[in-house]
Amino acid sequence: MQKEILLGNEAIIKGALSAGINFVSGYPGCPSAEIGDEFAKIAKQNGVYVEWSTNEKTAVEAAIGASFSGLKSLVNMKSFGINVCSDALLPLAYTGTKAPMVIVVADDPSCWSSAQTEQNSRAYAYLGHIPVLEPADPQECYDYTKLGFEISEKFNMPVILRTVTRAAHQRAIVAFDKFEIKEKKIGEFIKNPHQFSTMPPRILEQKKELLEKIKKIALYADKSKANKIVGEKSKIGIIASGVSFLYSMEAVEELNVKVSVLKLGFFYPLPEKLISNFIKDKNKLLIVEELDPYVEKEILRIAKSVNPKLQIFGKDVLSEIGELGAEDVCVALAKMMGKKFKKSMVRQLALPKRTARLCEGCPYWYVFPTIKRIAPEAIIGGDIGCNMIGGLAPHNLHDWLFCMGASIGISHGVKKSTNQKVISLMGDGTFFHSGIAGLINTVYNKSNPLMIVLDNRITAMTGHQPNPGMGKTSMGEDTEELKIEEIAKACGVKHIKVLDPINIQELEKTIKEFLDKDEVSLIVCKRICALLAKRQGIKV
Amino acid sequence: MEKTFNLIINGIGGQGVITLLSLVGEAAFVEGYDVRSSELHGLSQRGGSVETHIRFGRKVYSPLIPNGKADLILSLEMLEGLRETVKSGKHTKFLINEYVSPFLGSLTKEEIKKQLNILKNELHIIPASEVCKDKLQNEVVSSIYLLGYAVSKNLTPLKKESVIKAIKNIVPEKYRELNINAFNLGYGNN
Repeated sequence: MQKEILLGNEAIIKGALSAGINFVSGYPGCPSAEIGDEFAKIAKQNGVYVEWSTNEKTAVEAAIGASFSGLKSLVNMKSFGINVCSDALLPLAYTGTKAPMVIVVADDPSCWSSAQTEQNSRAYAYLGHIPVLEPADPQECYDYTKLGFEISEKFNMPVILRTVTRAAHQRAIVAFDKFEIKEKKIGEFIKNPHQFSTMPPRILEQKKELLEKIKKIALYADKSKANKIVGEKSKIGIIASGVSFLYSMEAVEELNVKVSVLKLGFFYPLPEKLISNFIKDKNKLLIVEELDPYVEKEILRIAKSVNPKLQIFGKDVLSEIGELGAEDVCVALAKMMGKKFKKSMVRQLALPKRTARLCEGCPYWYVFPTIKRIAPEAIIGGDIGCNMIGGLAPHNLHDWLFCMGASIGISHGVKKSTNQKVISLMGDGTFFHSGIAGLINTVYNKSNPLMIVLDNRITAMTGHQPNPGMGKTSMGEDTEELKIEEIAKACGVKHIKVLDPINIQELEKTIKEFLDKDEVSLIVCKRICALLAKRQGIKV
Repeated sequence: MEKTFNLIINGIGGQGVITLLSLVGEAAFVEGYDVRSSELHGLSQRGGSVETHIRFGRKVYSPLIPNGKADLILSLEMLEGLRETVKSGKHTKFLINEYVSPFLGSLTKEEIKKQLNILKNELHIIPASEVCKDKLQNEVVSSIYLLGYAVSKNLTPLKKESVIKAIKNIVPEKYRELNINAFNLGYGNN
C-alpha cells in the first residue's frame, strides 16, 4: 500500500484504476473537472478510453453502451449534470447495468462555483432508486469508488458517488493499492433486449426487480464498513453523512463531550438495522446534514417504531442553506445538550470586493461594451460559462441567468411574447452542449432573437477542456472540427456573420443590421481565449 | 506537537496559492503529521480571491479552520491579507507579501498598511515579489520565498529539511532548483 496526499478527485481516479476501469465519459464542471482532465492525460498508458462528451446526457448514454458491451465505466459531472442525464440514468436503474458503472456527481453547497441552484443531488436516489455513496474525504473518495464498483458489479446497478466541494477539493493522506496497467479491453455486446429494453409492460416487471434489488442492497449496507459507529458509548448521539461527519467529530472534540457518532457512508439505501440499533437506546439525537433534511426525515420515520420518545434535532438547529462548518455543529450540539458555547465573533470589515472579472485580453471585452452601446434597450439573455461574468459589474448585461442553453431557449419565449429586441449570449462550449435545440426552436417556431456566440476556441471557465468545435478529442487525437456557423446554416438560420470581435466597427454594424431582421440571426465572434493564446504562445 | 497547526494561505488567482498549499501539505506529511486542506477553484483564475485552509497535527478532522483559530495567515497579496483579518483570533500571526494587485476601487498600499497596523497581532510584511523579481527574475516563486521566511522565523512548526524534501517530491524537475533557491533566499541563506 502506498500513501500520498491526494486531492479528492485524484483519489477517485486511483480508485477507478484499482477497480479496473475501461471507459470514462463526462462533462466538465466544478468541482469534478479534474477527474476527466487527469484521466485523459493517463488514459492511453493505462488502456482506458476517456472522452469529454457533448453533454452529460450523451456522456451517460455512452457509458451505458460501454456497460452493455462489458466495459467498466465511470461518468463524471458537476451537480446540474445529473439533471441533464437523468432521462437516461433513470431507465438504467430499471434495465440494470451489465458491466459495473459509477457516476460521480459533484455538488457545491454554498454555491462557491455554481449558479442555477444550490442543488442537493442526493434526491435522485429517491426518484431513481439508485444507490448513493457520500465520501467525506479523499481516502473515502478512493475507498467508495472501489465500493461503488463492487456494489454495481454485485447487483448490476449504477451507483452514484456524490461528492461536495469540501470532499472533492480536499487534500488529505490516502492509502491506496498499486494497480496493474492493463491493455485496452475490447468489449462484446451480447444481445439481451429482455434486459436492455424498457418497453411496457416488461418495464413494470423491471421495476419490481429494481425494488427487490434495493432491499438486498440495504442489507448489504447494514454489513458495510462504510457505515460505522465511533466515539464513546452515550445516550447522546449524532448521525452524520459525508463531510458533515468531519465537522461533527471536530465539534465533539471541541466541546469535549461524550457522544456516540454514527457515520453514514451510504445515503441510499440506508442501513436501517444499524440505524435502529444505534438510536434505540438514545435520549437525544442530532442529525448533522447539509442542505435538505433527507436523512432526518428517514430517521424520524425509523424512530417512530424503534424509539418514539427520542428527541431528534436537525434543521431546527442547523441551516438548510449553505455548507456547514465545525462551529455550526458546535452551536447545534451545545444547544441540544444544554451547554454553553460562545460562537466566535466575525469582525466586520468593509473592503472593496474583488469580484470575478474577464481576463486581460478576453474577447468578451470587445463584445460586452459594444452591445451596451449599440443596443441599450435590448433584453439580453445570459448563459453559463465565462459569459456569466457579463452579469457582474461593470457590464451588468444579463436579464436572466438559468442553465446551459437557456439563453436562446428563453429568448425565443420573450420574442414570441413581446415586440422587444432580444439578444442571446452564449459560449462555444455551451452551444454544443445544449444551444442547438434552442436555436432550432427559434427557426422552426419562427422567432427572431439575435444570437451572439463567443467562440473562443475552448470550453474555458471549467478549466480549458476541448469541445466539438476544436478538432481535438480530450485524449489529444485529431477529429472533425465542427463549425458553429455551418451548424446554424444547416438549422435554417438565414442571417449569419462570423467575425473577429476586435473589429468593433464591423461588430457594431452587424448587431444593428441583425437586430432589424424578421428571422433569427447569428453572429459568431471568433477570437481565441486570451489564456489559451498565452499558453500556446500565440500572439493575438 | 499535540495541537493542530492551522494555516490560511490566500491571494489572487495565478499567484501560486495552490502550489504553496501542496508544498506545505507535503512537508507536513514528510514529518509524519496528519494533514487536511481545503481549496476553492472556480472563478479564481478570473482575478478572484483564492482562499485555502491547511491543518496538520496528530489527527485532523475538519479540513476547514474554525473562525479565529488560524495560527498563521500567509497572504500573497496585501488587500487579500487585510481581508483575511476578519478570520483571525487574538493569537493569529500574519505574514503578508508586500504586493498589491490593484483594481478599480481598491485601496492603495499605504491605506492597506495603515489598516493592518491597527491590529494587535504579530505582523510581518515582506517584499517577497520584489526580492524574487530582483534576485531570481521570477515573481511567481515569491510564495516559496515567504515559506522560507516563515520557516526561518518559526512561524510554522515545519523544519527546513522537510520543505526541501517536499520540493524534491512534488515540483517538476525543471523548476526544482528555482523553488529551492527561492526557499533558501527567504530562509536567509543568501
